[in-house]
Amino acid sequence: MDATNPLVTTPSPLRASRVRPGRRVADRALRISCLVATVVGAVVLGSILLMLIVEGIRGLSPTLFTQPTPGPGSEGGGIANAILGSLVLTTIGIVVATPVGVMAGTYLAEYGRGSKLADIIRFLNDVLLSAPSILIGLFVYTLMVRPMGTYSGWAGGVALAIIAVPVIVRTTEDMLRLVPGTLREAGAALGAPPSKVITSVTWRAASSGIVTGIILALARIAGETAPLLFTALNNNSWFSPNLMGGVANLPVMIYQFALSPYPNWQGLAWAGALLITTTILALSIIARLVIKPQNAR
Amino acid sequence: MNAASALPTGDLSRGNAATDRAIRIAVKNLNFYYGSFHGLKNVNLNFYDRKVTALIGPSGCGKSTLLRCFNRIYSLYPEQRAEGEILLDGRNVLDSNVDLNELRSRIGMVFQKPTPFPMSIYDNVAFGLRLYEKLPKADLDVRVEESLRKSALWDEVKDKLKQAGTGLSGGQQQRLCIARTVAQKPEVILFDEPTSALDPISTGRIEELMEQLRDEFTIVIVTHNMQQAARISQYTAFMYLGELVEFGQTDKIFMNPNERKTQDYITGRFG
Repeated sequence: MDATNPLVTTPSPLRASRVRPGRRVADRALRISCLVATVVGAVVLGSILLMLIVEGIRGLSPTLFTQPTPGPGSEGGGIANAILGSLVLTTIGIVVATPVGVMAGTYLAEYGRGSKLADIIRFLNDVLLSAPSILIGLFVYTLMVRPMGTYSGWAGGVALAIIAVPVIVRTTEDMLRLVPGTLREAGAALGAPPSKVITSVTWRAASSGIVTGIILALARIAGETAPLLFTALNNNSWFSPNLMGGVANLPVMIYQFALSPYPNWQGLAWAGALLITTTILALSIIARLVIKPQNAR
Repeated sequence: MNAASALPTGDLSRGNAATDRAIRIAVKNLNFYYGSFHGLKNVNLNFYDRKVTALIGPSGCGKSTLLRCFNRIYSLYPEQRAEGEILLDGRNVLDSNVDLNELRSRIGMVFQKPTPFPMSIYDNVAFGLRLYEKLPKADLDVRVEESLRKSALWDEVKDKLKQAGTGLSGGQQQRLCIARTVAQKPEVILFDEPTSALDPISTGRIEELMEQLRDEFTIVIVTHNMQQAARISQYTAFMYLGELVEFGQTDKIFMNPNERKTQDYITGRFG
């Protein structure tokens, strides 16, 4: 029946023999090298994760979430103060960065189209996006820690915000650019001023992408160590509501405890690392779930 | 090829008597530029009140450009500009002191691709209403229902007004966009190839709808579909390379055009 149907093309028997043998070798070579590269990458990643899980689980203890970091050489204790501190610092960071980042991204995508200023801002933002985070730590150290005379939670939050802003600016701009121009035209064609079109049409259309950007920025700053070394530093006692002093946080705690000679501290560092990794993984999964419904449409 | 000769000055013996034709939009010496590209060349044309006028011509001939002049939607793009006059009730809409938002609430537009906003069906229709009229909830409900009825969508969506407008089918989305436009009670509705992204059944429904809307609104439609132009319009303008080649009653343009070029295009001998 197929043979009589002109719409169904049967593969030509000549086809296979027409392909030069060299091409097939090249195809196979490329395929194998891609596979090898993938396996190498996956094995490295997998072994890091495996070690982290094994050691991290060994470091878990019932007091991990209830007690603050113990003194050097002592037994027991937990990392509750570091967990709480990290939560507070990342919250400050994201609360400060979100409005700045979303507004700046909106300027680049909506108001600043084709303007020189927008090009300059976009370029600087990209530079900031890839700037080493230790530089940002030093910057905030000079800007806040030195004048204030103390390491502080505020300085830590600001440093994290500076790292989060370019991420949010970039994703906000990219997501707004994905919104079809016809949607903006449709809003304008109803007599809506640009501000109204942006707030009730384009932002909404891009909302899941923008939220994803914020979550990814959150994941990024949750694991940042370098900027906190110079700003929030650490604090071995319970978190106090006073952000004018050093604030314990997971990354710096891991950094200090992992390098210490005490097995108890090393165990806590592993547990902290596992906790941070799981959190970032969870945030990334949430970000994917948020963006999914839009793509499915 | 002289655009001025295409003005319907005399030969209008067929169809409606000349007396019931009031001019709603008068285009005079309109030139349009995309940067340095001259997109419309000295176009002169009248659009009649509560009639459907079709703009036809090959791609790139300027018919969409002309449509986009009426509500100045082109002004979203700084490199585009229009010169000349487009008189709406005697006032030049190209004047720099015209309030664009007010103009656009009087001249609605429906696009090629359905453009439902990412909000509920109800909010989509209410969007334009909320911009300029502060209506109590009950009145708003009435206007939304009325608009959805006018766009032949009410029966399909009356039980799911709270659902997302983007979840409707393509044809329904397009009718939603028409409802959104109709809700503002504009005087003129511009259709930019409104059915080219739709299947034949949805297209048929939109065409029926336009027939009804003609009682209330002046309609200008850009279309690539010659049969569509013949079916729904009373007047047709044929454009080519940014110039108006011929304008007249649709019957005349399709049966007995004055210009050779029009004849060639309509019979598909073009190119």
